[in-house]
Amino acid sequence: MKKNAETLPQKRHMGMSTKGKISNTLIYILLVVIVIIWIIPFVFILLESFRCETQGMAGYVVPKQWGFDNYVRLLTQTDFLKWYGNTLLIAVVTAVLQTIIVLCMSYTLSRLRFKGRRFLMNFMLVLGMFPGFLTLIVLYKVLSGMGLTGPNAVPGLILVYCASSGMGYYVSKGYFDTIPKSLDEAARMDGATRFQVFRKVIMPLAKPIVIYTILSAFMAPWGDFIFARYIAHGSSAGYNVAVGLWSWTTKTSVGTQYTMFCAGGVLVALPITILFMILQRYYVEGVTGGAVKG
Amino acid sequence: MKQLTDLEYLRLSRFGKFLYKLKRFFLHSVPQAVINFFKRLWNVIKKFGLAIKNEAVDIWTTFRDGTWQTKVSYLIMGFGSIARGQILRGILFFLFEVVFIVYMIVAGGHWLSKFGTLGSEGMHMEYDEAKDVFVQVSGDDSFKLLLYGLLTILFIIAFIYTWRLNVKQNKLLDQITRSGKKVKSGKDDLKSLLDDQFHKTMLALPLTGIIVFTVIPIIFMVLVSFTNYDAAHDGYSNLFTWVGLDNFNELLSWNSGSSNLSAAFGEILAWTLMWAFFATFTNYFLGMLVAILINKKGIKLKKIWRGFLVLTIAIPQFVSLLYVSKMFSDNGLVNGFLMDMGWITQPIPFWTDPILARFTVIIVNIWIGIPYLMLIATGILMNIPQDLYESSRIDGANVWQQYTRITLPYMLFVTGPYLLTSFIGNINNFNVIYLLTGGGPNNPKLLTSGGSAGSTDLLITWLFNITTGAESNYKLAAVIGIMIFIVIAVLSVIVYNVMPSTRNEEDFQ
Repeated sequence: MKKNAETLPQKRHMGMSTKGKISNTLIYILLVVIVIIWIIPFVFILLESFRCETQGMAGYVVPKQWGFDNYVRLLTQTDFLKWYGNTLLIAVVTAVLQTIIVLCMSYTLSRLRFKGRRFLMNFMLVLGMFPGFLTLIVLYKVLSGMGLTGPNAVPGLILVYCASSGMGYYVSKGYFDTIPKSLDEAARMDGATRFQVFRKVIMPLAKPIVIYTILSAFMAPWGDFIFARYIAHGSSAGYNVAVGLWSWTTKTSVGTQYTMFCAGGVLVALPITILFMILQRYYVEGVTGGAVKG
Repeated sequence: MKQLTDLEYLRLSRFGKFLYKLKRFFLHSVPQAVINFFKRLWNVIKKFGLAIKNEAVDIWTTFRDGTWQTKVSYLIMGFGSIARGQILRGILFFLFEVVFIVYMIVAGGHWLSKFGTLGSEGMHMEYDEAKDVFVQVSGDDSFKLLLYGLLTILFIIAFIYTWRLNVKQNKLLDQITRSGKKVKSGKDDLKSLLDDQFHKTMLALPLTGIIVFTVIPIIFMVLVSFTNYDAAHDGYSNLFTWVGLDNFNELLSWNSGSSNLSAAFGEILAWTLMWAFFATFTNYFLGMLVAILINKKGIKLKKIWRGFLVLTIAIPQFVSLLYVSKMFSDNGLVNGFLMDMGWITQPIPFWTDPILARFTVIIVNIWIGIPYLMLIATGILMNIPQDLYESSRIDGANVWQQYTRITLPYMLFVTGPYLLTSFIGNINNFNVIYLLTGGGPNNPKLLTSGGSAGSTDLLITWLFNITTGAESNYKLAAVIGIMIFIVIAVLSVIVYNVMPSTRNEEDFQ
């Protein structure tokens, strides 16, 4: 705007800049409103988690009596720590396995050419059109046959999360597609095997996408609720945080456990948010890249 | 419909052009896409038939022209390989055959024989002579019979495939020995797994997982949709069995007597599509708007504005959705605030009024979705060449014109495939609906023999409730799942055929 204004006659310049100033001010106001709307529920949840006078829902936000009661209750009288441990374990193991699987899959589909490649990609596209919960009952029965439901839900969940993760190769394939082919060709000329190309040439370049994959694989189990609840099947020892906290918001327990839900929500959201902020750059790259590639 | 020539088209008024395009889309492009799809399908079937014929011919000629080692290999797999020095391959082939035969004798035959009926007698009482009492004994288990029957069939298919590989391998060996070249050793085979055959190494683990945990379960559920598997026929105390297309009939026929299942299905499908449409496009345009606002020249602290919005992505959805759900409930914060201010006397029924609930989920979904869309749109907006805007301004274009003539077309072009995926994602958007309303408020019109549903229930949440609810109506859940698949598949086929930019993936490399 500034550059353009200089080339214009003086009078026009004045008009444009005041008009620009007004519109910019309006935008600032709008942005502030937007940010408030987006942030405020999280501020509320934080405030409510410190409320001591009542444990149910209340029509106000700012506690009349502040304190850490809810947190203390949460950590000492409930299974919350157990759930937290479950989720952390699931998240770490899933992050490792899923990253390996997704990288194998996306690298192969992106950079190797072999018979059946197109078919494989179309096949997975079609598979992806089936709703995920269609197979809920089969997976449950199979896992329960293996003894991996109820209190032992953790390994069962890890298995389910990782097994089919190869189908989520799109974003990282999009990334591999952007690495110039000439790199592979040069290495192959020098006598490198395809495995060496993968390990020594491409992998060192793939750090952003590796971090993106780890981050999204790590974050997903914290929010998964459907499979987790079904597979844990009412056994508190097998819950993850999402299922556990959800159980406090049902009609029967919301009256006494609502503030504890808020406190739990804060404890779940905080570490993930911090981790996310640190690695945000990679996440943003992944999301934007993935959408453009389709 | 007649296609106009360029000249005729240009003569039309603006509205006429629009009308023409619209007509042409529905009367020409869409039917054309459907026709093309079936043409392609027919081609695939023809190709498949041809392929089978070629295979049969090849198997026969290989046998006719083959050496004696090859001929023996038709019965004893791997023999030809071992006899000609490929010990490793030969042993693998042979072992596979042994395992297959043993399995079929020990278990496979049993599973296969009961696959047609899914069991004859469930749990029942039997007379125990020694104790002189009737005891309960478990009979057949339809679920197991169906599952193991399916696995056995898949195993047989795998065996046939391997046998075919074995024949091909022998043909190759015949050719190599005839031309006097050296046969590849097992060591070479292993080495090639890191080089020529590297894709096999890489895909082994991911594909095994997908086959075991996605492909086989999906086939299983498709089979379930042809049975009467539900709470009343749980498979062990009461067996379930094949019922053909009955479940599909019940769901799709409009005059199915006592059950109003088909009406409920129609209603839920309509809302699902409506929801997907609004959820996708409100997010898309509002997200783009926010991105444009932040991107505007002269706006400072761009990173901070974006940072705040992106922050909300990090917080697990179940926390934010459950909290917002409580905020808008009858005794929640919003109603509490409005009543304290004296603006309302009765709580606003955000989640209990059918229409308002639908409206509210769409609004909350905007709140959830905008940060993602903002991120995506920001990335794309930055790629639009700035000189386009400069030159359009010199030509006197205003902001709105710039948006409709530059920004929007560019965005639509680049994000076309994304819009489709996002639409499909919204059809299956379980979290938002389930955590906000749980599908409610209950809708008496949707109370069916198969299980009840609420006004905001999508097909996917309905499916979930039917599976996990008291009815455990697995057969119906399977049918609904297949219906969702069909809706999505049809939609995708149409969009891909109509979309102006069918992308060539090699273009990017």
